Amino acid sequence: MRVRILVSLKDSVLDPQGQTVKNALHTLGYGSIKDVRQGKVFELELEGISEKEAEKIIPEISDKVLANPIIEKFSWQILEKG
Amino acid sequence: MAKLKFGVVIFPGSNCDYDTYYALKDVCQQETTFLWHKEHDLKNVDCVILPGGFSYGDYLRSGSIAAFSPLMQEVKEFALKGGLVLGICNGFQVLLELGLLPGAMLRNKNLKFLCQFVHIRVENDKTPFSHRAKKGQILKIPIAHFDGNYFAPPETIQEIKDNNQIVFRYSNAEGQINEESNVNGSAESIAGLINKAGNVMGMMPHPERASELLLSSEEGRVIFESIITKLG
Repeated sequence: MRVRILVSLKDSVLDPQGQTVKNALHTLGYGSIKDVRQGKVFELELEGISEKEAEKIIPEISDKVLANPIIEKFSWQILEKG
Repeated sequence: MAKLKFGVVIFPGSNCDYDTYYALKDVCQQETTFLWHKEHDLKNVDCVILPGGFSYGDYLRSGSIAAFSPLMQEVKEFALKGGLVLGICNGFQVLLELGLLPGAMLRNKNLKFLCQFVHIRVENDKTPFSHRAKKGQILKIPIAHFDGNYFAPPETIQEIKDNNQIVFRYSNAEGQINEESNVNGSAESIAGLINKAGNVMGMMPHPERASELLLSSEEGRVIFESIITKLG
């Protein structure tokens, strides 16, 4: 099973890196870009567990390790079943 | 005065470990030993120092991987029993990731790595790490970090203030606190923070780099001297 986890700063937390990317895009003339939030992508390969078990451990490891729940949020999706 | 035993933790990527060791052992004349991150033994030290650096290359988040090391589980237990723990710079980040101190670090507000002398104002002189200083005293100590922009949700900030947990704030040389003096953008200009129990402190400035006049400031030494006189 392949799982993709997205970690990014919470909406309530200022993201200066995203802001800088936005400013750069504006400089290049892409004035329609209203906001940019930067984050991290993790792709995990899992074996020997069911989808149900994955649903349990993915939020667990995201909260414990991959994201810092004080400043970050996460979302995830299964890319490949099996 | 009884001699104390300090333990300086080494993670892969620590780079202020020897400076801290030197400040404690040679400048302050205290028994000092290194503690390796893979060990489980705190070697009966009286105070644990987590030095600055870039543990595990700052992978994932600054300090996050170090917080999972075997030794840090011992340090956590030591701290929960009341043992004195001081985290400097990356050590502060490790303490936040470990949950021994509230909040988290964000990238500096100007997105620059800041390596410069700053002034910090003593806000709380009733802690084991600051009692030799005076409230309102200004200390000139250098910083060197990328992620030192302290953040905590509003309710946590309120709790920190209510409990008088802010030990140092970034200020200018005159002791005024404003946006300009808050070099990295920290909430409440926090430069040093202590836990509620009063035995675990994290600070971004490097006192070991301001521990003797040869280094152009010895104003950081008061932090080590506070610990020594508290425990000795």
